[in-house]
Amino acid sequence: MYDYNDFDRDFVARRVAQFRAQVARRIDGSLTEEEFRPLRLMNGLYLQLHAYMLRVAIPYGTLNSAQMRQLAMIAERWDRGYGHFTTRQNIQFNWPRLVDVPDILDALAEVGLHAIQTSGNTIRNVTADPFAGAAADEIADPRPVAELIRQWSTDHPEFQFLPRKFKIAVTGSPADRAVTAAHDIGLRIIERDGARHYQVLIGGGLGRAPMIGKVLHEALPEADLLPYLEAVVGTWNLLGRRDNKYKARIKITVHEQGIDRIRTLVQEEFERIRPDFPGFDRQILAQIEHHFAPPRFARKSVVAYEAARAADPVFRAWADTNLTEHRDPDHAIVTVSLKKHGAIPGDATAAQMRLLADLAKAHGHDELRITQSQNVVLPHVHKADLPAIHAVLRGAGLATANIGLASDIIACPGLDYCALATARSIPVAQGIARAIEALKIEHEVGALEIKISGCINACGHHHVGHIGILGLERGGVETYQVTLGGDAGPDAALGDRTGPGFAYDQIVPAIERLILAYLDLRAHAEERFVDAYRRLGADPFKAALYGAAEKADAA
Amino acid sequence: MSVIVTDTGFAEDDWAGPVADLTSDADPAGLAALLEAPLVRVAFPGFADGRGFTLAARLRRLGYRGRLRAAGHVIADQYAMARRAGFDEVEIDAALSARQPEDQWLARADWRAGDYRARLRGA
Ligand code: HEM
Ligand code: SF4
Repeated sequence: MYDYNDFDRDFVARRVAQFRAQVARRIDGSLTEEEFRPLRLMNGLYLQLHAYMLRVAIPYGTLNSAQMRQLAMIAERWDRGYGHFTTRQNIQFNWPRLVDVPDILDALAEVGLHAIQTSGNTIRNVTADPFAGAAADEIADPRPVAELIRQWSTDHPEFQFLPRKFKIAVTGSPADRAVTAAHDIGLRIIERDGARHYQVLIGGGLGRAPMIGKVLHEALPEADLLPYLEAVVGTWNLLGRRDNKYKARIKITVHEQGIDRIRTLVQEEFERIRPDFPGFDRQILAQIEHHFAPPRFARKSVVAYEAARAADPVFRAWADTNLTEHRDPDHAIVTVSLKKHGAIPGDATAAQMRLLADLAKAHGHDELRITQSQNVVLPHVHKADLPAIHAVLRGAGLATANIGLASDIIACPGLDYCALATARSIPVAQGIARAIEALKIEHEVGALEIKISGCINACGHHHVGHIGILGLERGGVETYQVTLGGDAGPDAALGDRTGPGFAYDQIVPAIERLILAYLDLRAHAEERFVDAYRRLGADPFKAALYGAAEKADAA
Repeated sequence: MSVIVTDTGFAEDDWAGPVADLTSDADPAGLAALLEAPLVRVAFPGFADGRGFTLAARLRRLGYRGRLRAAGHVIADQYAMARRAGFDEVEIDAALSARQPEDQWLARADWRAGDYRARLRGA
């Protein structure tokens, strides 16, 4: 894992001191509220419905046990004993007081964490595959380059006052668990002629006017990355619309100017920037790669694992659902579900954080990851240790066997916390999870991604959910629109809207009908919900949602 | 009276020569025509308009060696960004210089320290 060097430590310390001074200068009137706002945001501090919210970056989703313990400490000392893990590999604290924030930032800096550029019109926390360095299907570990981009983008002098936020994601696996196509820039590590390259996508984004990213460069040589990124962001900084914040994202710039014109402009500027990077960035990348060398995997028998599988059906169900193939056949990637049926998706208490830190320390090479679907990963676990880990998780309510299943729902904070929300999303997620649990059909239904947002900003990724739910407000009441057939994987796709929305008390039964209809419609048990939808089209699913009568009306 | 801010603090404007003014929405294709200008002044109509930083960086990359000034609503917190992007100085009005006095700008006269991008370039 990456450890801060003196430069990083010094940078973060300076930054906290600057922010402390900015808070004081806001109070003494040197900074107007308008001027203070972006400074506060670029340090991760939001003003929300009930209180301030502090968003802390978990760079490319990786943290060690000491960092996790510090998050637990912060949750207890300055918040209400819990934190919320987000789809962008951040953690949000919902209740800090403004005066405490500089102290919280100091506490983060002690363990090499920060809240820099987790908000504001800046290049945000770079996200990456949560299984990086562990997955069997990986071409290369995306974390070193994600760290390189973190360093390059941090306090980049040209890019602190961009037209709008800017998000970059990196995947080193063709499975693309980083949803790269829904980012302003998506980078996919590929092999070309025996050398590493990046496929560069731009202009993806959700929110209003959702778009799937377009290929800007098929195979960018590795050494050209930083100047190329600088050319892309600089080109957009000048061209991006500043007259209307809803049209400011690069996806709109690409849409308005056309990908070919953007490609030409970027190429011209790239050629001017290229000499600025004579190769020191490559040396720094090599040092960073050193930090991410794979751990030394233990060699021991997996008999205990096989025995537990045979003897304990609860363990077997968990192992079948929550484990992913590791690059070392005696190891597994463990995804710990933060989605116990009826729990708040992504919330973890301080006690749970400490327990996960302890497990990582004892059995996981001191590594933890946060996933885009708001769960926590132990990336390197020897199979012999799995029964013990499962027992500990079970005792803490963290052993739910539902990864990738219907109750592993992504939900944004919605009306419970968010100032922009038009509807609740957390209780809808809880309702669906409880309904599925009551029917006991979750494992039969199999892979199903349900994603819920509490407003058009789409923080819950609903557009790319197999089932997407968007909460809106119509005439003072909440109404929920359903989209079907979205996909967050390598062949990313936006879902199709089914029709009129459902009232708050109707949305859970509607989703239940949809899932039951799928069980009748699927060709065989291996056909996933989204595959059945693609094969059959929307009609039978709409019939399940709205009933035959409505369909007849529409015809 | 406007104030000119540099690494040594506040000063009066000593410039008597011609000034090439550039608006923040200027077409970057026109930058090459400014390379011989002794002083280019880039307007910041509002501090949240970050285009001026990229315009300055591009001018420098094109080889501009003259004096480069950021003028308008630039706040003290942006001084380091302005210097790193290639500006020599910042021009602010009297009201802003009263609200954000010299010490707040001098606090970032150490703009060379802690510059990730410069480190990656080996500069
Ligand atoms: C509670 C405070 C939050 C606020 C005020 C907020 C605000 C926003 C806004 C305004 C957008 C739309 C940007 C655009 O379309 O240009 C957005 C998008 C997004 N946010 Fe949030 N958000 C919040 C929490 C979250 C959380 C908790 C998550 C993760 C669960 C998240 C992840 C995202 C993602 C993934 C997107 C869409 C991707 C994109 O930018 O295109 N946000 N957010
Ligand atoms: S989608 Fe809307 S309601 Fe949900 S967190 Fe984002 S801004 Fe808030």
